[in-house]
This record gives sequence, structure tokens and C-alpha cells, in this order.
Amino acid sequence: MTIKVLHPGLATTVQDLGRPGYYHLGIPEGGAMDRLALIAGNHLVGNDEGAAGLEAVFMGPALEFTEDAVIAVTGAEMPVLIDEEEVPGWTALSIKAGQKLSFGFLKTGARIYIAVAGGIDVPMALGSRSTYPIGALGGVEGRAIAVGDELPVGTPAKKAEIGKEIPEALRRKPGTPAELRVLPGLYDHRMTDASLEHFFSDEWKVAPEADRMGYRFRGGHPIAFVEREQPFGAGSDPSNIVDACYPYGSVQVPGGSEPIVLHRDAVSGGGYFMVGTVISADMDLIGQLQPHTPTRFVKVDMETALAARKDRAALIGKIRALF
Amino acid sequence: MKLRYSFGGDEHLFVECSEEMSLEAFFHSLSMTNRVRDAKIRGVTEICPANASFQIKFDPDIIHPDDMLKEVQAIELADQKSEPVIKTRIIEIPVYYNDPWTHETLMRFRERHQDPESTDLEYAARINDYKSVADFIDAHSGAPWIVTMVGFVSGLPFMYQMVERQRQIEVPKYLRPRTDTPKLTVGYGGCFSCIYSVRGAGGYQMFGITPMPIYDPTQTTSYLKDFMVFFKPGDIVKFKPIDRETYDAEVKAVENGTFAPPIREVSFDLNEFNKDIDGYNAKLEGILNDH
Repeated sequence: MTIKVLHPGLATTVQDLGRPGYYHLGIPEGGAMDRLALIAGNHLVGNDEGAAGLEAVFMGPALEFTEDAVIAVTGAEMPVLIDEEEVPGWTALSIKAGQKLSFGFLKTGARIYIAVAGGIDVPMALGSRSTYPIGALGGVEGRAIAVGDELPVGTPAKKAEIGKEIPEALRRKPGTPAELRVLPGLYDHRMTDASLEHFFSDEWKVAPEADRMGYRFRGGHPIAFVEREQPFGAGSDPSNIVDACYPYGSVQVPGGSEPIVLHRDAVSGGGYFMVGTVISADMDLIGQLQPHTPTRFVKVDMETALAARKDRAALIGKIRALF
Repeated sequence: MKLRYSFGGDEHLFVECSEEMSLEAFFHSLSMTNRVRDAKIRGVTEICPANASFQIKFDPDIIHPDDMLKEVQAIELADQKSEPVIKTRIIEIPVYYNDPWTHETLMRFRERHQDPESTDLEYAARINDYKSVADFIDAHSGAPWIVTMVGFVSGLPFMYQMVERQRQIEVPKYLRPRTDTPKLTVGYGGCFSCIYSVRGAGGYQMFGITPMPIYDPTQTTSYLKDFMVFFKPGDIVKFKPIDRETYDAEVKAVENGTFAPPIREVSFDLNEFNKDIDGYNAKLEGILNDH
């Protein structure tokens, strides 16, 4: 069966859990920004956790189903409509042939995930169906979905229980202000102690330039650098380094003014110094931040990062145990 | 060379071989990443060599970050005896310098440039003390380059010219990055040349364009059928200036599937290279041209 795209939303892409293994060639892992939400959606419709769904940012698409299907919408809070009638999110829903799935205005969060029993069955590219638009790889012809596309759906692995929902307590959302835990390091020695302190005590706001490659933040003190003669090949600005690898979640500050946290479609390297790295457990949260959201970077150590990672795994374990 | 280690969150180990760029730092990074790959450490998911540093991505559920660090530090000790010799390939890449497409783009973004009154080539030639753009192009295409990193976006090579420090070209990046760069632009930033693999944003100065695709996700390009990315770290590149006529013919040849870049297997020995740089480069070029 196929799903007809009546309206694509703002930037709706096919995403699964990503394409690890090619970052050394500049091809990022990609995949859902909010992995937990996609995993939950896949469980609701009876898919494997890594099945491909649709990720829509800020605005939902309008889709028509050519056959009866089971779907679930997770992630951001955005009214889910079947033939204009509101239905619950985070719940296994049945949709009939000819019915239309659409969405109301976004309330909280930034990205919704539409899971369909059987998964979106576009061809695999380097082991994943995730769309990487810059490299024209994966998804539908390597791009966001467009009006008139017919999205292929695979065969469901197992039967879903219509009406089953993910309890509120197992849905993870950013707080207010959002807190992103950061392990300092990488090139933080380039900053003065006072500047590093400001970075962690200032309140930042998500800037309008925030996408799958990276989230930019504004509002804190500009970075003050430790003085030095720039090393050969780095470039003359004190925020420059000899082009190096960028970890996912790393926080770079081009020109020392606005931090950028790299995300799933990150550029794999470049010439800007980095303050540290958002811990793996908090990467899902970034994908749910809207522009202007007040955000704090919270300094943590490795022990805390590993404990948070365990907590996130335990949360996914609880979701898994429901099915 | 003393390595500097730092964790990038709970999933990455970042290792800096040197703060400044040099062939020695690159060879250190390359040899370390090869050894890490050979060591098959459990939990390692990605090994990313870069110009003068490298990064290892790992799964902390399988290996504790401290243990990951210890494994790599042990490899650092073992690596101190290694010879900077690699088996690699040399490739001739045609470049149409001063082409109309990068010229159109650089004019569109002139207000983001250090010198809005001149072109990227004129600016780079002047600040590097070349008498003319032609002399500058001679220098850029006169000595080979080594690919010291592949990344940023899909298959983009960073290249470092194989000449002594005094002859290295250095240029700043644009004051503010452009939002557009033609696909296959030959760019320059800091001490690195690059080839933009796809159209998109970029901050490097633009010198020319190559007709030769280096990334093809459809894998229909004849020499990219086995894998969609052309370059690997350690590849040696020799640029060959071409004119408009040749450029057009080669674009057509790529489309017909008849374009084949000249490629030869070579070995590179950094110590031998350092003894006589021009002589060594001439030998490499001889192999490329089958002399």
C-alpha cells in the first residue's frame, strides 16, 4: 500500500534510527532527532524499533491512506486529526482507506513522528532509510516529501492493539527552561575561566537557525579567548582551529558569539573550536526545542553522563515492556 | 609528538596530534587511526581521521570511556616506532581555474568578503605575494596535495599541499560563510584546499571548478560504481589546469561514462620526501605520467 502526500508540511522527512559507519566520509548518522519518540511510535504500531517513520518539524503534513492502516503519532504536542476529527497522540490508531490524516497547530515541542504499521518502505541507502538532503541520500529521492509523492508502506511485522497508549510518565519532554547537560572538554582550554563559567550560568535562547544539522543559541556572553598566536593552518580568528572532527552534540562557537550544537545531520568536521559536548541522553530533547526556548547548558561529569544514559535506556526498556 | 586526549560527551574520544598543521601531524593521525582499526577494540563504532587529529566514536554500554582511553593510549606507545610510509594512489584532477560559475557566485557574495573590490583568486594571489593570478595558479597546480581529511559533508576532501612551510598558501575564510557554492568548486581556507562535493553553504575562497564528480549517491558515475565517495585520507592529488573547451568536453565524458581520471598506485615515504621535496614530487608526477 501507499500513502499519498496531500501537503508536505514544512520539512517532513523519512527517518529511522540512522546510518552509522560513514561519518569518517562526512556522511552523518542522521535518523530521528527524537529517537525515543520514534521508538515509542514504532512499538505502538507493532513495528521493529528501527522501522522508518515520518519526522515533521513545526507543522504536520496531510496524508491520504490508500488502504486500512494502523498509525501512531508521537513526539511534539500537535493535534492529530483523522478526517478533521481530533484523535489522541501517543496512541495506536486505526485509519481507513481514503481517510485523511492531518494536524492542527503545534502546542509544545517541535517534531512529531508518524509511525505506520509496516514502516515507510523506501529503499535502503547505506543501511538506512533516513533522508539526508544535503547528500541527496535516503528517503524519497534524498529529499523531503512533496505533494503528489506516494510513500510505500511495508508489511506489518505483528498486529498492533488499537487504542493502546504510551503513558504520560514515559514521554520525555524538555523542561522550562530546557536543560541540556554538557560534558566540557575538546577545546574548552581556549576559553578564559570566567568565559567558561558564563557559558554555563547564562540563559540562552534557541535561535531561528535550528535544524537537523545543528541548533544555534543566542543571548549569553560572547566567548572570551585565552590569548595565543594562532597555530599554522588554523585561520586567524581566535575561534579557529586546524579543521578537526566534530562529535555529535558538540558545541562550537564560530566567532565566539553564538553556540551551535551539532545534531543528527551534523557536518563531520570543520575549523571552529568546541566548548564540550551535549551528553547522548539529552540529544532527543534538542530536537523538541522551538526557536526562542530559554535554555541552560548544565555542566556535568562523565559519571553523570553515563548515569543519564542508563536512565534513558531504562525509560526505553519500560516502553518496550508495554508490548 | 605528544597527543592530547579529550572526551566528546559519553560517545566520542577526541585526540589531537598537534595544534598546528603539518604532514608529520597528519601521518601521526593516520597511523594511529590505522592501528586503532587493526586493534579491533570492542565497542568502537567509528574511526574518523582528520588533518592533525582524530576521533573515535564508541558505545559506552560496551566499553567504559576510561577503558577506551587506556586502549588508545596503549596504542600511542606502540605507535612511536612506526615509519611514516603509506601505500596510496596519485590522481590527476582537472581544474578550470577562474571559471564563470564560481565567478558568478563570488560576485553575488562580495559583501561577505575581505576584499569586495577583487576576486577570490586576485585576493589570494596578492596576500600570498604572487605577482599575478597566473603565477598563483601555477603554484596551486604546480605541486601535489595530500588528502588529510574527508568530511564536513559527503566525501569532501581537505587537501594539504606537499611543499615546505614557506611555500604553503594561506588564506582566510569568508568573513561570513556563503549560503551557496557551486558543486565541484575548488576552494581554499586556512592552509587547505578542498573540493565541494555537493552544492551548498561554504566559507572557503573559490578558485575554480572540476568537471569530475567526487560523490554520487546514485552511483551511476563510471568510477563511483563500487562506492559513492571517491576520496580517502592519504590520496595524493595533482591538479591540472584546463580551459573551457576541455572542461566542456570532460563534463560530456562524465555524462557518457567515458571519463576516467588518471590514477596510479604509489608509496609515499615522509622521511624521503622531506630530504628533497621537489625531487620527490617530480618522481611522483613521473609515475602519474608514466615516465
